[in-house]
Amino acid sequence: MGTARVRLFARLADLAGTREAAVELGEGLTAAGVFGVLVQRYPSLTGFDAFVRFAVNSEYVPASHPVRDGDEVALIPPVSGGSRAL
Amino acid sequence: MLFEVTADQLDPDRVVKHVRRDDAGAVALFYGVVRDHNRGRKVMHLEYDAYPEMATKVMHQIAAEVKERFGVAEIAIQHRTGRLEIGETSLLVAVSSAHRSEAFEACHALVDRFKEAVPIWKKEVFEGGEEWIEGDLSPPDA
Repeated sequence: MGTARVRLFARLADLAGTREAAVELGEGLTAAGVFGVLVQRYPSLTGFDAFVRFAVNSEYVPASHPVRDGDEVALIPPVSGGSRAL
Repeated sequence: MLFEVTADQLDPDRVVKHVRRDDAGAVALFYGVVRDHNRGRKVMHLEYDAYPEMATKVMHQIAAEVKERFGVAEIAIQHRTGRLEIGETSLLVAVSSAHRSEAFEACHALVDRFKEAVPIWKKEVFEGGEEWIEGDLSPPDA
């Protein structure tokens, strides 16, 4: 099933105390699922899933996007000037 | 087109030189500058974090959109990361076009799109505390 590399930025990196993590991919794991795995590992991230956007391999994706072996998943907090509506 | 995320001081001459063309009669250059106050607080300095690989990719995408929409000639964008003091330049957006109105409008649109979509974040260090500035969305209580 493989592994994904996860990158954290800004407040999420501060809360987790890391800028990078590796997540083992279970069957059908989505971007939101990857976030769930991280919450288990870093409980300070609890509740932030409603707050982040996800990117896979540097492209914004919906939370339901499937994650594959070798993907880079990024947790994107709201950027400084705008709202989530693009 | 030029898109950079860098820890070094930004270089307006280089950005303008990049967009200059013989068929472009106008160059608009926007500076984003670190301000000494925000939301009634005295700001001491800012710290910018970025996802550089994705930031340059998104800059490319929004520049392509804006170029097509306004029919401008060239675009260059630089954003700085790390610690910035009051008065330092955090963002440069340069646009060239045949005539001035397209250059102004495209530059304005680019700065707006940049602030919505490019994965770069600022932490405001103010008198008495610090906080990540996270757009219009209220974050959960940390």
